[in-house]
Amino acid sequence: MDWLLGRFSLDYLPTEPATIGAAIGMPLGVLAVVALLTYFHKWTWLWKNWLTSLDAKKIGVMYIVVALIMLIRGVADAFMLRAQTATSGPGGDGLFDVSTFQQVFTAHGTIMIFFVAMGLMFGLINVVLPLMLGTRDVAFPWMNSVSFWLFVAGMILNNLALVIGGFSNGGWLGYPPLTELQYNPGPGVDYWIWSLQIAGVGSLLSGINFLVTILKKRAAGMSLGKMPIFAWSVLVTTVLIIVAFPILTATLGMLALDRTMGMHFFTSDLGGNAMMYVNLIWAWGHPEVYILVLPAFGIYSEVVATFSRKKLFGYGTMVAALIAIMFFSFVVWLHHFFTMGSGANVNAFFGIMTMIIAIPTGVKIFNWLFTMYRGRIRFTSPFVWFLAFVVTFTLGGVTGVMMAVPAVDFQVHNTLFLVAHFHNTIIGGVVFGFMAGITYWFPKIFGFTLNERLGRYAAYLWQLGFIVAFMPLYALGLMGAVRRIDHYDNPEWVPFFIVSAVGVLIIAAAIGVQLLQFAYSIYKRNENRDLTGDPWDGRTLEWSVPSPAPEYNFAIAPTVTRRDEWWYAKNELKGRPHKSEYSDIQLPKNSGAGFIIGVLSFCFGFGIIWHMWWLAGIALLAIVVMIARRTMNDDSEYTIMAAELFELDGKRFHTEKKVSV
Amino acid sequence: MKRGIRGPAKYPLILSAVVLVLFGLGAWLMQGQHIPVLMPSGSIASQERDLIVFTVALAAIIVIPVFVLLGAFAWKYREQNNATYQPESANNTVLEVIWWGIPIAIIVLLSIITWRTSHSLDPYRAIKSDNKTLEVEVVALQWKWLFIYPDQSVATINDLTIPVDTPVHFHLSADSPMSAFWVPDLGGQIYTMNGMSSQLHLIANKVGTYTGYNTNINGDGYADMTFKVHAVDDAQFKKWHETHAKSDIGLTKIRLESLMQPERMKEPMYMSLPDGDPYDSIIEKYMQGSGHATMNSMQGTSDMNMTMTDHGGTH
Repeated sequence: MDWLLGRFSLDYLPTEPATIGAAIGMPLGVLAVVALLTYFHKWTWLWKNWLTSLDAKKIGVMYIVVALIMLIRGVADAFMLRAQTATSGPGGDGLFDVSTFQQVFTAHGTIMIFFVAMGLMFGLINVVLPLMLGTRDVAFPWMNSVSFWLFVAGMILNNLALVIGGFSNGGWLGYPPLTELQYNPGPGVDYWIWSLQIAGVGSLLSGINFLVTILKKRAAGMSLGKMPIFAWSVLVTTVLIIVAFPILTATLGMLALDRTMGMHFFTSDLGGNAMMYVNLIWAWGHPEVYILVLPAFGIYSEVVATFSRKKLFGYGTMVAALIAIMFFSFVVWLHHFFTMGSGANVNAFFGIMTMIIAIPTGVKIFNWLFTMYRGRIRFTSPFVWFLAFVVTFTLGGVTGVMMAVPAVDFQVHNTLFLVAHFHNTIIGGVVFGFMAGITYWFPKIFGFTLNERLGRYAAYLWQLGFIVAFMPLYALGLMGAVRRIDHYDNPEWVPFFIVSAVGVLIIAAAIGVQLLQFAYSIYKRNENRDLTGDPWDGRTLEWSVPSPAPEYNFAIAPTVTRRDEWWYAKNELKGRPHKSEYSDIQLPKNSGAGFIIGVLSFCFGFGIIWHMWWLAGIALLAIVVMIARRTMNDDSEYTIMAAELFELDGKRFHTEKKVSV
Repeated sequence: MKRGIRGPAKYPLILSAVVLVLFGLGAWLMQGQHIPVLMPSGSIASQERDLIVFTVALAAIIVIPVFVLLGAFAWKYREQNNATYQPESANNTVLEVIWWGIPIAIIVLLSIITWRTSHSLDPYRAIKSDNKTLEVEVVALQWKWLFIYPDQSVATINDLTIPVDTPVHFHLSADSPMSAFWVPDLGGQIYTMNGMSSQLHLIANKVGTYTGYNTNINGDGYADMTFKVHAVDDAQFKKWHETHAKSDIGLTKIRLESLMQPERMKEPMYMSLPDGDPYDSIIEKYMQGSGHATMNSMQGTSDMNMTMTDHGGTH
């Protein structure tokens, strides 16, 4: 049977109460969804309208839904971690055993970065980038669907580890030799490797897709210098993705070769070099930080200009800052391990490069501030997220510059001070930005605005929860508390850990308010309809089309003559276009191939993890066949005729009226 | 319309007040606590603390204006206030030069400090002192610390006893997944890795007992890899090592093998060195079959001070 089941055996089913709970709960959750879909006869609707859709907006929404579900898992993990450290001081036993604790912090980091932050980022880019560029779709709609389903396949593999086999205990970056066979023979590290490999290929494809979209599909007249800053931030991010993700793939690939083929890239013996792994993983890992935060910077740029009703200050310097950050992000990776013992010259070089990044980042913050100057500020919830961002991210910047000094880093590296620092920048920069983006663009996709009051409450609670959860960690780090400890025997640390756990609960409450915000807003959607397509008095092209945006985005391809085209064009509208201005358009037909490739990738990963070589082989072959079939399919588009388009587009000229917020 | 705070604008103010109160509570909570990084007991850690204070002060030059401007602009230009409105103003060369210029000036200053302190506080740099440097070899094991005093013929588990005001020169390696050695009261940390020897120089300037940590996850017993550092006067240190050099428990090959088994050991243990210093052999365990290529390439990167030559790189 070994050829069939590989190394799988019943011993790999969960034995700990916490994991048994998850192992029973997760399949039940899936079953409940399946039952509901069957009961309401929604399978066809789901398949036709969503799963097989090649509409970037729908793919974007699916990304965001998956990412928000993963956010709930990630925050639950976070609460488990802090609940453990709140109860495992001197005399306390904690709630979980060490193995569960280590799997949970590994899963927390991995899920938050790869399946929450990346998911929200790709989701928002999909939703808004083509609209903002004045185009009907991304450059490669089918590849976009493949990217999404690879992301989902990776996500499912990652979560499946909870049920079968256990997850890696090596931390979110899995440093060898801890993650080598010598110390970690089980399937956990393989789950980690292959879930990231599969999702990572999806990310790389997305990066290529969006870069080509920006370079080739902008509206007529929209030179690069007239692009909205969000599009610029995506352009820079995609370059980073295309350069950095292959490094991740190669690095994880070598670790996988060590583990499955007995090679010695990173082992302790036979010439392996773990330091090489640490260098390589951070050569991807540091640009990755900017891959996440730059699109968020783009969102803030749009939000602050719109809600200050003012042109973005210093467009040119904003672009220059983005490009500077893009270059410098590749020459700072060593600051993640000053403590490895490189020479003083090496440490000093990377420390100084790191500080230099603070300059363009600081300039961006001043530009945002001076966008507010002599503006007309509305304290809408996206703007509140922006305020929370400036406060939080600036503090994170301070601790970042501190730690860029190698001699300071020696005293805080790998302590909870470091943990507080990177949450300070990632929550303050990335999460707040994507939350702002979701609220800001929600009406464009669904046709109604989210409840503003609940949105602001959520933002305030997130900000408060962040402070309560992470400021104690800064203190703990200076008191000597290192990261990733499941227990400790210093009584002075206990109150700080308890406060931090309360902070996580406040963040959980904030997410609860956000879920309530979605539910309540859907319930009250008829009162919050966006009839104008421009609920915020926006500046960029996405607000020139009706809400929800039609699947073809623009009935007539727009022409751009300046930055913030829509801000000026909205006052120059000439009434309904003549019938002759419409022409036939082609849109991609639905395709189930992306979904199937996702399923096959899952089988491929699962096969390798469990050494079921036949499964991995068949799945890989089938993926190649699926791709080949697709490339030979000439019948992939359908046409909307001009006359029909004229009718469809007509509706908006009957319903349009001004609604202010 | 009534002017003043109404509606959404009041919440940031309430939140700011709540946060200030929380920070006050936090400061109160920290009273009387021992914060080793900020209240160090060795000159290296003191210099590192001074650097922390300096960088925070320098960062404040940027942060305080940012917070003030954020609050002031959000307040003054809120829609209800009908302040001056210039929707098309988006460039101001003077201002932009200022906020490129000031951060650049600060970073230039900080870069100079960074360059200097990276060298003066380089873990590989010997500490100048009239007292003779003590040599200690450190091996991270799963999950305990082995300290070897080659010149005193003593080895311990989880007990680092050192004479006060005496520079200590550590050579560090591991027989474990990558670990890291840190004594916050005395100063900065460094990784310990299989088959390699890194170095660290520290000094204790106050008599006392401090806690040391492993900061890099290396398996199940990771959290238990703490150890005590006893900084004692010269006479006590002499007595200490002379007593344990005669210990009946010897760090023999067999005992070393059993110590290398993955097992937590919280209590200290004191050993003599009947078979000599095993440090080199622990490193060489991972050299077998590696060929010369790795060794040579390691030596080639002269700036990576991961010298294998300083300790018996005899291949």
